[in-house]
Amino acid sequence: MSSRRSEVPRFGHGSRVPGWDDAADLRKDPAVVPDAATTPVPADLRAEIESHMAKYPDHRSASIPALAAAQRHHGWCSPEAIEQVACVMALTPGYLFSVASFYDMLETHPVGRHSIFVCTNISCSLCGADDLLAAIVDAADGDPDLNIRSFECLGACDIAPMASVDGVYVGPVALDEVGTLVAQIKAGEAPLPARQLGGRAVAEPLAAIPKGPTTYGGQMPEEAPGPPAPVEQQSPIPLQDADQSEEGAT
Amino acid sequence: MSTTTASNGERAQPILFRGIDEEGLHTLEVYRRRGGYDSLKRVLDAMSPADVLAELQASGLRGRGGAGFQMGKKVSFMPAGQMDKYLICNADESEPGTFKDRELMQKSPHMLIEGMIIAAYAAGANRAFIYIRGEYQAQADILDAALVEAQAEGLVGERILDSDFELTLVVHRGAGAYICGEETGLLDSLEGKRGNPRLKPPFPANQGLYQGPTLINNVETLATVPHIIRMGGAEYAKVGTETSTGTKLVSVSGNVQRPGNYEVELGTPSREIIYGLAGGPPEGRTVKLWFPGGSSAPVLTGDDLDVPYDFDALAKAGSMLGSGAIIVVDDSVPVVAVALKLAKFYKHESCGKCTPCREGTRWTVSMLERVDNGLATPMDLDIMASVQEQIIGNCLCVLGDAMAMPIGSMVAKFRDEFEAHIEAARTRNPFGDEQPSPDPVLVQGAAA
Repeated sequence: MSSRRSEVPRFGHGSRVPGWDDAADLRKDPAVVPDAATTPVPADLRAEIESHMAKYPDHRSASIPALAAAQRHHGWCSPEAIEQVACVMALTPGYLFSVASFYDMLETHPVGRHSIFVCTNISCSLCGADDLLAAIVDAADGDPDLNIRSFECLGACDIAPMASVDGVYVGPVALDEVGTLVAQIKAGEAPLPARQLGGRAVAEPLAAIPKGPTTYGGQMPEEAPGPPAPVEQQSPIPLQDADQSEEGAT
Repeated sequence: MSTTTASNGERAQPILFRGIDEEGLHTLEVYRRRGGYDSLKRVLDAMSPADVLAELQASGLRGRGGAGFQMGKKVSFMPAGQMDKYLICNADESEPGTFKDRELMQKSPHMLIEGMIIAAYAAGANRAFIYIRGEYQAQADILDAALVEAQAEGLVGERILDSDFELTLVVHRGAGAYICGEETGLLDSLEGKRGNPRLKPPFPANQGLYQGPTLINNVETLATVPHIIRMGGAEYAKVGTETSTGTKLVSVSGNVQRPGNYEVELGTPSREIIYGLAGGPPEGRTVKLWFPGGSSAPVLTGDDLDVPYDFDALAKAGSMLGSGAIIVVDDSVPVVAVALKLAKFYKHESCGKCTPCREGTRWTVSMLERVDNGLATPMDLDIMASVQEQIIGNCLCVLGDAMAMPIGSMVAKFRDEFEAHIEAARTRNPFGDEQPSPDPVLVQGAAA
């Protein structure tokens, strides 16, 4: 564990690479395309970026895949990583930084190795995602190896509340499973295998719903599978005065 | 109205979800065994691009991504002549509440690839891209694998199935930005820039990707194309209602007992989807409000549950079908909390190019926080409504409108509750000294 940890470029809390957050020096010439002779690029990273560039009529289209590749290599889109991409793609670092800073999944600050994106958009919040996020932050206990953040809709509202752990969707995550989840992530194991999205079936209700006028009240034919996983109902979006407003409204 | 829905009691068979859970459907072998790529073979053997276009127009298929524009018409806008033309599949499914495309790409990637080849043939495009959101890593891997299989079998590349038609297909992964689901924002992002929307016109059919004519369609729309060829456009048009033909994948989520993707015939009563299929809200709760087409659609209330679920009926009810995502909110949830969540999402995702959206989303969040903190008066609701009015129609794209319409509809339909919320918060916090909670998006990194 400790030996793995040292592979990640890590900076002390609050520290930045020198010059990274200094104000721009307006008298300076703008940064140009880095010189290939003075910018060493790891061979595998160069090969990956070049393979992306070859796929498009305009090689600039590869900037997002190339930055993502550099991020996998360096841990984040560091100035060094951006230099290297700029050198291979013959673009300026400034241009690439403008791209990197636009997208949520490209990190322009050092982050932990494992990403845990907790969806806190409407559907997940209705199923208790804010509590889930708080519980995961608590369970992580400040481990700098974990990059925990709330994320906008991840497109998995059927398994709400859910999280994307290093790109693997897990849900619905109950609050008492959070400890196991965090332990598994720290140990580098597959997160909550039983809760992963991959093996879930889709209902085929169009064929399964009864013919003719439908009556309501939960009268579904048995064969209609319906997505399983009873979600822990129902903690509404936490809002301090939820109850008062309810009373006031009625 | 000539519907084949509920009126005669007969129900259509699922089209996109037929046998969707079959083991190994994502492989070429199983997909072909089930009749996959037969439509493509028929198209390349016996049909001209004009024939395919005629079938698409006869089917009346409307875009499943949000705008509901007729796909056949969109294809017909592509200019004729020898030039580089592009087809893009918009798989940047980021609309809150929507997860139907994820299901399709994960379970049946070849259905999408086949639909794209046929659509590219009809549009005369030789280069195609699937722009998939970066969060869908598993789905992008599945698409990549399917593409390798298809290339090995001569279904993608030069001389497809020994015809003269050639097509290159690239799976392009995004990196997390809601705005890249907007078609011109997607174009800029695919060109390797920040995903800022462009001024329209020129429309993508004239000047899109790399300034070339570009056809952009949603995953579900393109996945339907092989079925239209198989069934025939006229036969497909018999499913659904007159102006909303076919079936629709509906993602139901929120306060329902069986959230998930359901394929329904357009025109099915909404109550049947929310209660019949998704099981309705939990015991003892009722539907307070619901978004019929993703979070960008104006909300409807429990009184609107009998609206038929199709493009025109929902428009008539004052909302829209959008991406086909129903989010149900039950009566235990305060409407202000929903509005605040929604506004914060659009504030975070606004690209910042147009002032009304950039500032309007920010001010709406601030005003909703005032409502929540007891700093607001009922007059603030009028100011908030006027902010929404000033966003709508004043930006390059509809992201701002997508916040303004649901927030506006919530304030209009639940004004009493907003006012009661203001009163209750003022009583609780008479000196207005409570600070708004920090934006949850800023809770970044456990160490920070």
